[in-house]
Amino acid sequence: MSNSVPSSIGRKIIMALSGLFLVSFLGLHFGINFLSVIAPDLFNEASHFMGYNKLVQYVLQPVLVAGVIIHFLMGFVLEIENKKARGPVGYSKYNGGANASWMSRNMILSGAVILAFLALHMYDFWYHEMVYKYIEVAPEDPTRYLPETVHKFESITRTGIYGVSFILLMLHLLHGFKSSFQSMGWNNKYSRALEGFAKIYAIVIPLGFIFIAFYHHFNQLSH
Amino acid sequence: MSVLDSKIPEGPLADKWTNHKNNINLVNPANKRNIDIIVVGTGLAGGAAAATLAELGYNVKTFCYQDSPRRAHSIAAQGGINAAKNYQGDGDSNYRLFYDTVKGGDYRAREANVYRLAEVSGNIIDQCVAQGVPFAREYGGQLDNRSFGGVLVSRTFYAKGQTGQQLLLGAYSAMNRQINRGKIQAFNRHEMQDLVLVDGKARGIIARDMVTGELERHSAHAVVLASGGYGNVFFLSTNAMGSNVTAAWRAHKRGAFFANPCYTQIHPTCIPVSGDHQSKLTLMSESLRNDGRIWVPAKLEDAQAVREGRLKPVDIAEEDRDYYLERRYPAFGNLVPRDVASRAAKERCDAGYGVNKTGEAVFLDFASAIERYGKEKAYTSGIKDPDAKTIRELGEKVIEAKYGNLFQMYEKIVDQNPYKTPMMIYPAVHYTMGGLWVDYNLQTTIPGCYAAGEANFSEHGANRLGASALMQGLADGYFVLPYTIGDYLSNDIRTGAIPTDSPEFEQAEKEVRDRIAKLTSAKGKHSVDYYHKKLGKIMWNKCGMARNAKELEEAIEEIAALRADFWENVNVPGDPNSKNAELEKAGRVADFLELGELFAKDALHRNESCGGHFREEYQTEDGEALRDDENFKYVAAWEYKGAPKDAVLHKEELKYENIEVKTRSYK
Amino acid sequence: MKLTLQIWRQESAQAKGKLVSYPIDNIDEDMSFLEMLDVLNESLVAKGDVPVEFDHDCREGICGMCSLQINGEPHGPDRRVTTCQLHMRMFKDGDTIVIEPFRAKAFPVIKDLVVDRSAFDRIQHAGGYISVNTSGKTTDANAILIPKENADKAMDAATCIGCGACVAACKNASAMLFTSAKVSQYALLPQGRVEATTRVQNMVRQMDLEGFGNCTNTGACEVECPKGISLENIARMNREFLGAKLKG
Repeated sequence: MSNSVPSSIGRKIIMALSGLFLVSFLGLHFGINFLSVIAPDLFNEASHFMGYNKLVQYVLQPVLVAGVIIHFLMGFVLEIENKKARGPVGYSKYNGGANASWMSRNMILSGAVILAFLALHMYDFWYHEMVYKYIEVAPEDPTRYLPETVHKFESITRTGIYGVSFILLMLHLLHGFKSSFQSMGWNNKYSRALEGFAKIYAIVIPLGFIFIAFYHHFNQLSH
Repeated sequence: MSVLDSKIPEGPLADKWTNHKNNINLVNPANKRNIDIIVVGTGLAGGAAAATLAELGYNVKTFCYQDSPRRAHSIAAQGGINAAKNYQGDGDSNYRLFYDTVKGGDYRAREANVYRLAEVSGNIIDQCVAQGVPFAREYGGQLDNRSFGGVLVSRTFYAKGQTGQQLLLGAYSAMNRQINRGKIQAFNRHEMQDLVLVDGKARGIIARDMVTGELERHSAHAVVLASGGYGNVFFLSTNAMGSNVTAAWRAHKRGAFFANPCYTQIHPTCIPVSGDHQSKLTLMSESLRNDGRIWVPAKLEDAQAVREGRLKPVDIAEEDRDYYLERRYPAFGNLVPRDVASRAAKERCDAGYGVNKTGEAVFLDFASAIERYGKEKAYTSGIKDPDAKTIRELGEKVIEAKYGNLFQMYEKIVDQNPYKTPMMIYPAVHYTMGGLWVDYNLQTTIPGCYAAGEANFSEHGANRLGASALMQGLADGYFVLPYTIGDYLSNDIRTGAIPTDSPEFEQAEKEVRDRIAKLTSAKGKHSVDYYHKKLGKIMWNKCGMARNAKELEEAIEEIAALRADFWENVNVPGDPNSKNAELEKAGRVADFLELGELFAKDALHRNESCGGHFREEYQTEDGEALRDDENFKYVAAWEYKGAPKDAVLHKEELKYENIEVKTRSYK
Repeated sequence: MKLTLQIWRQESAQAKGKLVSYPIDNIDEDMSFLEMLDVLNESLVAKGDVPVEFDHDCREGICGMCSLQINGEPHGPDRRVTTCQLHMRMFKDGDTIVIEPFRAKAFPVIKDLVVDRSAFDRIQHAGGYISVNTSGKTTDANAILIPKENADKAMDAATCIGCGACVAACKNASAMLFTSAKVSQYALLPQGRVEATTRVQNMVRQMDLEGFGNCTNTGACEVECPKGISLENIARMNREFLGAKLKG
């Protein structure tokens, strides 16, 4: 095996690292979004900072994009390789449910849904931002973020799609987050506690996102 | 003067091996590169020998019928390996290990070989630890020992209940190192079909590639047979399904003498046969007899009721039970040696007291151990007036800690909970002390053909002690053969590679081809297993735990007739030029059908009882074995003469100069 | 018991295989699974048919020769047993049992249910040993002190029987549990530390070359392992590998 292609363990570690990076980004993202419910002004301020800070825009944003691309590409490449590793003839009966969780066996499915969701999400927010900032070169407006966000959740369809996607994100995280520790070689007496934390995180964060989406949806209906 | 020269070195017992090593010829490292050695079998003896010979510089080819050397049946040994390390400071020494082994073997083993075994035993442990074998340790980080049946010291090293597995994987890892260096070529899924002699010397083998069916010629300057024992001649045994005598038997037919075939060890604690479908027997460790009490119902009608499922063993009152070992052998009780315990179980079952469906089982009961441990535990836990339930619960916990894995294995197989109802056990064929006759150098009567491990006859006499088989296999492979084989090979440094296109190879291959053709063309009415089971029945009933002249004579006749029928009527379907398990079995059973007859002949000629060989005519008034040192203190080595019944006996007299020959008593 | 067996039949490595249905009767629940197959084969021989080839040897769960994917699980539905220790009482009268070979690109089928697992041997050749001479004098066994805890853990890893159930169970046909068991055994012992850096890299390289899949931590291997080899070993191997790479 040439040095340019990472070994199976190398790839595993790359998945774990990029995944952990995305998990931490998710936490940050949730934190800021949650402000839209409890402190709308602060939300605008934080969003504005993220949108116009040079470090965030020119360093962290590309890193994040790279992280997303690596994680997804590697995920699909591994899936294809792993399918091939089964050999030319597969099992006619394979009782995967007997020995592994649904989440762990269907990471590619939950991952693909998340990818599709990400496309919608990028269209909804990122594309709009790019157009606003770099094509139309519209003036900075630190108060526009909350109304824009709330507006997105007017449609029940979109809100519903967000909700379903977050459920799959939850399933993805339920296996992925704790699995990253194992991949990094972290399996000892502290792992149980860490796995517990990962489990709570995997459930709470997506539920939080769902709450925010529906909060804004129903909130504007009542206005 | 016998034709057998055991080549035992001169000098005092303790110096023989050292002197011998100092005086034998060596092959220099540059010349070793020009010498090829074939090793058949990759268990403890074969694997260890292959690794060591390759490391010395010889070119080694290994052969095994399994798909990997790691699967050899040495892997199934449970208990441990003996070594005279005296780590426990309990007075152990090389001499004591030597003494115990010779006595345990009922004074039918060769003194010098056994002493050498004791001498190198310590080095085996050093070697295995260096290789990374994870032996059990004490909290201080030092190696732990346990004690085993029949001895007064703690000298058994162990790795949980899987000592054989760990030692074999150690030898396999040493082999892997040499395979990686290119010094060992491993031919797996290959079975030796014949030994090839050129000018009277072993110069190669014919092997069958079990995947393609192709016959291959492999040449070498020496051939080592480490192909294990022949317990499967009984069909049912604790051996692996594939364990066979073929390699040894082929060598025998080419001129290697076969020694003491009738010495067979029947292990008392195996899970009984459950029906006609049974394909193999499972051993339960001997250690269970430390706490289990062996019994059968005292009344015939109770035994009958238990067999028919009308009466539960736990409902039989204490006074209606017959703890027959405790009754017959008050001094040793349930801890008598293996051969004695086995015979006693057979005696009771033959008398109609057997307790399972087939009437061939006795109880191994832990109830009193559970109660004893329970009371003790309650007392030490400060429970003043424990009720019966508490005692039972506490006792079961203690038993679980000691034997949990064995109890679980029993429950998986038998589907009965041994904590609640007594286990059922029955003796089963386990190990064969007999094998190819070898001299002190482990060379058979064919120059250049060596035998190691269970395949040879040497160290255990008429009965093997627990934890000694692993010791012998590794001693032969790591520390004996690599030295002694050099003495022979030093004459071969100018020989050059042995060609495989000689008439001898041609002829041997043709014979194998014809034999396979004959087996596959019969297309008769019966499967191979049909014959194997029939042979097993004859062996078990007439050459088993107790033998007599009349039945042995019958057995010889019956086996010969069965063999003739086999060659006429066996049905071996499928393509011989592909993977074909029926053909593999057929070849092995054909050889068992010859060996079985020699086995009976050997048992018939030995008019005494010793170790694993018990002749009903030769027993004391109270049914104990009666040895005849006057007439039978010799190794019986048989020379092949065309048919097993025509085999010619050669005797190697055994001399005991360092040990006093006594009668074993366990009363 | 009366059963219907659906067994994979394939004449040779090159031939195309298919599932063939065999009705079978009079199966005793005390039989082991392989004894049930013996009965089937006896009946096939009696009819002049070619019996089903399957690997087996010790029939007491230690040699690792037996395999078989039974109703979609390696070594069948029972836990902590190999196929040879699986008993028919785990099945019900009238059941249909699907029996297939272990499937992996690195385990090509030889015939019927027999597969070639020599890839495992080659992984071991690459580094599954300690480079110590067998013919030389070594130090006294007790000169190397090993904490009991490490010795016990090394022993737990070393009980791997190399049957390949981990690969067969894994949806990715990954051999990480097998490889990590050996790496772990030696990594835990002082004798093995000397070569630890090169060993883990060589063994993982060979594992990848053989065409096994990547580990995605589903844990199926640990559940199906007849010896209960722990996932901890995989974590340890990942750690060892990462450490070795960082050391360079």
